[in-house]
Amino acid sequence: MATNEHTAETVLRSPLGRVRGLGSAKGGTHHWWLQRVTSIALLPLTIWFALAAASLAGASYIDTVAWIGRPWNAVLLLATIGLTFHHTASGLQVVMEDYANVEWVKVGGILAIKAICMMLALASALAVLKIAV
Amino acid sequence: MATFTLPKNSTIQPGKTYKAEAGATNLKSFKIYRWDPDSGENPRTDTYEIDLDKCGPMVLDALIKIKNEVDTTLTFRRSCREGICGSCSMNIDGLNTLACLKPIEDSVGSVKIHPLPHLPVVKDLVPDLSQLYAQLRSVEPWLKSETPPPPDAERRQSKEERVQLDGLWECILCFCCSTACPSYWWNGDRYLGPAVLLQAYRWIADSRDEATGERLDNLEDPFRLYRCHTIMNCSRTCPKGLNPAAAIGKIKQMMVERQS
Repeated sequence: MATNEHTAETVLRSPLGRVRGLGSAKGGTHHWWLQRVTSIALLPLTIWFALAAASLAGASYIDTVAWIGRPWNAVLLLATIGLTFHHTASGLQVVMEDYANVEWVKVGGILAIKAICMMLALASALAVLKIAV
Repeated sequence: MATFTLPKNSTIQPGKTYKAEAGATNLKSFKIYRWDPDSGENPRTDTYEIDLDKCGPMVLDALIKIKNEVDTTLTFRRSCREGICGSCSMNIDGLNTLACLKPIEDSVGSVKIHPLPHLPVVKDLVPDLSQLYAQLRSVEPWLKSETPPPPDAERRQSKEERVQLDGLWECILCFCCSTACPSYWWNGDRYLGPAVLLQAYRWIADSRDEATGERLDNLEDPFRLYRCHTIMNCSRTCPKGLNPAAAIGKIKQMMVERQS
């Protein structure tokens, strides 16, 4: 809102000019669609991972490493890692876009979220690959 | 950042109480938000006691009675008093609705009346709708067609094509939905909001319109369209029983469709 007490400067630009602003970004669909696709894909993957993790409770180090190293398990683990961090990053990006109204906080926040999720995804993937390959 | 508390000069103070005339038996209290930009004072809540035996059944009847008989300074918009003009939209007992369609008897205890939430207030129950009207203008809510109409007839639609507009043409632009949407509260300067997106879809869905792609181009934006997180307050509050959330869902579906 242009008229709340947080806006110090006077705005005389017409409401239509303000609403049209910088125009349409011609984007957002890919982000929105992938959020839906990753959430659906994560449903079976997360259930599989939770059941697998539960079944490994109490297993020895060697058994656990052997389980991770099996090709199908490693592939599914990598898929779970990739989709989980992709989904986390796109969800947190929406939170920043919704609530951060200061441009540098929003842009900086989104970049930081993407960087952290990317690093965590790479570290997790490396851990699996080191065992499996 | 989003702010969750009112600034000091917006804190609502207790106001005056206007008692009903002596001998009235069927009493109802109306607690109404009052703010006068010329007074320099904070907003306040005035209480009006009304004899329901001498008042019509709807909240708007009570507001008109108060303005005519008790306090002429009470300011609100109204016109048709039958749910077709959209002027008397306001927040009654916490839900945005039309005062003319809201029965007084729905309220348990006193009737609490505020202007539509999260808009600048002009005076009392009158909010500033300039931004919403500009947003409506920005989606160009009129028929765009390069094909000229038949020389001696109107542009024709099949029954199936016409059905696509049901649930859309009935919108009276009262903006109850947009001002009930938290996403519109936080990002109303860029998010178009449910009312305007429903209007946009009304023209996207119109078989006579030839600018569908251009309209979708104009909406394809993380803020204009994708701030809708299907919170559904819009559909819950609509006094005409429409479903803006479904219209927004269909726009999103078309966005994906044209890429696949």
